[in-house]
Parts: sequence; structure tokens; C-alpha cells
Amino acid sequence: MSADTTTAPPAAAEASAPTQLTMAGALNAALRDAMAADDRVIVYGEDVGPLGGVFRVTDGLQAQFGEDRIWDSPLAESGIIGTAIGMAMYGMRPVVEMQFDAFSYPAFEQMVSHVAKMRNRTKGRVTLPMVVRIPCAGAIGGVEHHSDSSEAYWTSTPGLTVVMPSNPADAYSMLREAIDSDDPIVFMEPKSRYWSKAPLALPVTTAPMDRAEVVREGTDVTLIAYGPTVRTALEAADAAVDEGLSIEVVDLRSLSPFDDETVGASVRKTSRAAVIHEAAQFGGYGAEVAARVTERNFHHLAAPVLRIAGFDIPFPSPKLEEYHLPTADRVLAALDSWEWDA
Amino acid sequence: MAHDGCMSLNVEHAPQRTLPSAKPLRLLDNAGHALTGAATGGFTLPDCDTLLDLYRKMVIARRFDVQVTALTKQGRLATYPSAYGQEACEIGAISAIGSDDWFFPTYRDCVALITRGIEPGEILQSFRGDWHNGYDQHAHRTAAQATPLATQALHAVGLSHAARLRHDPIVAMTFLGDGATSEGDAHEAFNFAAVWQTPTVFVVQNNQYAISVPLARQTRAATLADKAVGYGMPGYHVDGNDVAAMYAVTHAAVERARAGGGPTLIEGVTYRIESHTNSDDPTRYREAREVEHWKRRDPIERLEKYLVSEGALSETVRAEITDAAEALAAKTREVMTVEAELDPLELFDHVYSRPRTALLEQRASLEAELAAGAFAQREAGAR
Repeated sequence: MSADTTTAPPAAAEASAPTQLTMAGALNAALRDAMAADDRVIVYGEDVGPLGGVFRVTDGLQAQFGEDRIWDSPLAESGIIGTAIGMAMYGMRPVVEMQFDAFSYPAFEQMVSHVAKMRNRTKGRVTLPMVVRIPCAGAIGGVEHHSDSSEAYWTSTPGLTVVMPSNPADAYSMLREAIDSDDPIVFMEPKSRYWSKAPLALPVTTAPMDRAEVVREGTDVTLIAYGPTVRTALEAADAAVDEGLSIEVVDLRSLSPFDDETVGASVRKTSRAAVIHEAAQFGGYGAEVAARVTERNFHHLAAPVLRIAGFDIPFPSPKLEEYHLPTADRVLAALDSWEWDA
Repeated sequence: MAHDGCMSLNVEHAPQRTLPSAKPLRLLDNAGHALTGAATGGFTLPDCDTLLDLYRKMVIARRFDVQVTALTKQGRLATYPSAYGQEACEIGAISAIGSDDWFFPTYRDCVALITRGIEPGEILQSFRGDWHNGYDQHAHRTAAQATPLATQALHAVGLSHAARLRHDPIVAMTFLGDGATSEGDAHEAFNFAAVWQTPTVFVVQNNQYAISVPLARQTRAATLADKAVGYGMPGYHVDGNDVAAMYAVTHAAVERARAGGGPTLIEGVTYRIESHTNSDDPTRYREAREVEHWKRRDPIERLEKYLVSEGALSETVRAEITDAAEALAAKTREVMTVEAELDPLELFDHVYSRPRTALLEQRASLEAELAAGAFAQREAGAR
């Protein structure tokens, strides 16, 4: 900080000039700005200190803020979540990292029995303002246990708020909002998008994190996507232009709560909808999307809501994952299965 | 950790390697005689005023426990896990922390909550069938009672670590049972506390049974306190029916933690005289003579013998304590006999800090059902 405040403008007051930023960089900036703005914000997890996290999302933060604000914890996910609960009870705002989604499972009991229920079982007296960051999904050539899509475990748990950004601007804005929230937030980060870039002038504020967004307008079909499959949906929409098909793409951003309003408005406009995710289809998040879109918009629908999802198999090995993951071609082929003359 | 010496969180890195005593350390024997020498582990018998206070709390706690068990048998509570026989562990340990310190209890620790000054109706709110824990956690610095075993130990570690980061002289104490030490969260809590040197005191009440499963099926360790050695923290193996020893050891651990000395694991060897809860049948897994053996080692009688021998328990004081215990029992009967007012619409109000559209829709739907009299018969029955 400069002592001469007459020549240096306050750092947070003005946005910086736009620079190319990756999603990992945007998340890093969000953590940095949140830690600078509020000394209750603390960060810990596995390898988040000197290493800066295996995806470098916490790069440089320990050097800047010191080991009382960001540190490496013992390697135990239930311990990380359980201690974060205690810290949040004492007024801290912990932001903790599960290194990979499949490594969050040891913390399942703490998440489901305490993080999700604490506010309710204390009649609102004890709130847990904590963020659980979970790098998620595949398409990075990860070996087994490194590419799971576990969002439905969290979205089926009342008390948890589950969000997933798909681009650098949302990554920054939604993480800042998550850290400021009084409720616990499961913040899922699609690994395959960590290196995606966008020109950003920070700090950037996008739509509130509980709102879905129409990221491409169209008239014939609504593709409902989130996280890594937003790009897939946009690719499908591009390719469909040649076929004379106008596709609207909705980026859910928030998986719980679900933005019925934005999704419903799009579906009532196009009368056809499909949901795309990497997770296995059976009992997956897409089942909830298809069910509630149908329940609320049945008389506007010209065709059943489709699910384009991963197969009902354990996530494949790196050399086989391309066969498993939804692609734009697979999306378009699925849309072809509808009767279009009706 | 050795790479640069700037680990401000680990001010001390001198793991303790002392094995806890093989025999539980004690300050009063079962006949109420004060002990000296090796049996005491170097701890000093608290003065008579302190012991009289502990006696008063134990008598009141037991009267409360017996009353609640009776009310449960009358159908006033959905369930109640009794701590009868464990009063020395419960009261000795909880009396060692102050009102600014935090306590993380389990479902079996209602008598510690009474000792902490929480109202009986608030303690029993969820046991009587309401949807929430009844007391103000922040006002009493007492977390909601945990049912998933050992999970609350991690909360205690996190809270006390946060206090340490803030430079607040706060200690967090948590209770666990012998069965809970088999849980992964117990291991993680012990390890995190030791690595971070948090001001946390773990009190393991070894009451010999996890519902029906005896200690021998939980561990091959010679004592549960031995486990402390592997984490690099001090462990104490204590006679959990000797309130003087439980208080002296936990008090020392609390003050050590407050001074920056890190966590301690204390095992109190005691016995669950009652069944696990009212729905348990202990005759299926333990002998009556075993229960009788432990009844003869009653923690309250032991201290009473000592106080009488010291001339520290007058008839006046005894009567005054009995009156206080009966007053609490009467108050407990009074609050628990009044039918709880349960509002099903409240079920939607505290799930999130901000209202969610979907929950508001579901709340409105239930409200409409109630207005239409869908549950009228049930509500009339409840009244």
C-alpha cells in the first residue's frame, strides 16, 4: 500500500483494465480480494500453501497473507470440513478445498449431517458461512478417482447451496458472492475449464449466483447446461445453425436452488428442452431438471425433455473418457431423436 | 515444517511421549479415602469447597437424570440417553471450563448441560420430539448435542483453533464415548488438534459399552488414553468415578491449553448403569452382577464418604442440596408435562438464511392443507 494516497487511487474502487484471465486465475483473484477485504476469510486444505494448490488456484496467497490466514492442513477431508464448521461457528469465513471431487467423500458425513443441517437444527442461531471448493468433472485426462461428477450427492441434501461457474467472469463473481454468503456453499469448479480464458476487468460482478443465465438466444430448442457442458451446448448451438436449428443455451450456474423462472421462460419460448451433464444419467441431476421442467411446463412442451449425460458407468480411464463425455455431436444426434413434424 | 521456521501455528513442536498410567489415576479410593503417592499421578486433591461444589452438582445432576428417565417411561420424551453412574466424568470435566469456554456435547451429556446452567426444557427440546435443539448455543457457548459419533470433536478443534488465531484465551472441551474412539473423525480430531496445537480438551467417557458392544470389541489398545501418544499429545487414564481426579486432571489440561500448551486426551473409566436409551434391553448383553459391581463404585457415594469424614458435609448443607435437586426435578416435571407447541410451518423457516422459492411454495402448500383441516384430527388428538 502506498503511503501517498493523493496519487494512488484506492485499489478496490476502480476496476483494472481488462486482461486475459483463466478461470483458475479469476478464482485466485477472487480469493485474494476476499481475503484482503475481510480478515475473517481464511483458506486451508491440502497443498494450498507453498504449492498454491494442485490447480494453482491459491497460488501466491500464503506469501501475501501469511500462515495464519492460509495454510496446509493434515490430509483428511472430514477433518477439513469438521474443523471449518467450528471455525465458522466462531465467526470465521473459512474457504476450504477438497483437492478432487472424489476425495470429498470422506467428508460426506460432516457435509450432510452438520454443514447442511446446522442452521436448521439450531433454529437459525448458528449459521455456517463457509465455502467448500470442489474441483469437479473430467476431460482433463485424470486417472481414476480424479474426474467424478458428484453434484447430485450435494444437490439432494437440503441445507446446501450448490453452484458451478462455467467461465472466468462468473468464477470470480460467484466465488466472491459465495464467500460473502451467510450460508454454506458447495462451490464446484469444472476442472476442464480452469484454463479457459476471458478478458476481465476486476472486480467483475455478474448476475447473482442463484440465477441461471441465457448465454445464447435461440427459438427452437433450449439446452440446459452447467459447468463444463455449457461449452458443449454452445458448440452444439453453433453447429446447429448449419442445419437451420436455432438453439438457446441456459447456463444454470446454480444447481441448488434451481432457477425455475429463467429455465421455464426459455422452455415455454422454445417448447423443447434437453439437459446436458457429465455425470451418469441414472439418478443424476438431469433427472431433477427433466422432471421439474416437465411438471411446470408440460402444456408448452412439444416433446419429452431429453437427458444427454455420461453413461451409467464408473468414470473411464484417460484414454477412454472421450467416449463417455457428452459432445456437441451427441447432443445434436439426441435432438434428432425427437419427432420434428409434430 | 523444517523448511523455514516460520510456522507460526506450531509454536511448540515437542511431542509428548509419556505413556498414561496403566492403572487409572485416582485421588479418592472407593471407600472415600484420600490417596497419596504414585496412584495420584502427581495431581493434588482439590480443596473441600471445590469438592463440596462438585458433590452438589453431582447430586442435582443425578436427580435430574432419574427424573428425565421417569418422564421418558411416562411417554413425555421420545428418547433419553441416561448418564446415571457417569456423574464424576460429566460434572468433574464440565466444571473445569469457564463460561467463556466452549463445550461440544453428545446426546448422553444432558447432565453436563444442566451443570452448565441450561434450562431443562431447552436441553430436552429435541428429545421430546421437536425439530430443533432448544438452547441458545452462543449464549451458553455450548454446541447443539451431536448424535453422529465423534463428529463434534472436529468442531471443537476448529472453534478452538479459530479462537487461537484471534488470540482469545478460549478453550474448547468435547466429550466422546469409548465407541466413538473407533470412528475416523476421532482420529482426525486428535491429529488436527495435535498438529495445530489447538486449545482443545478431549474427554473420553469409557462407560464400557457402545450400546451393546463391549470395549474389547472396539480396541486392542491397553487404554484409550494410550492413543494420545501416537498423536503427540498428553493422555491421562483416570478413574472416571472419582470426581476429584476427573476435575483435577481436566482442570490442569484446560489451563495448559489456555496457556498455549495444546490439546489433551483424557479417558475417564466409568460405567453406564442404565440402558443405552429407553428402547435398549441391556439384559441381552451384560450380567446383572456386573451392573451391581459398578453400583458399589458409585461416584457420589465415594465423594460423600470423604466429605463426611472431613466434616465438610453438614446436615444443613445436605438438606439444602436435596431441596435444590427436588426443585429442579419439579421444574423439569412441570415443563415436560406441558404439551410442546409444535408448528409444522416452522420446518421451512431456518433451512437457509434467505427464503427459497421452492420452499416457500411447499410451505404454502402445507399451510393450505392445515387451513383445510387435513390434520385436524391429529391436532385435536395432540391437544
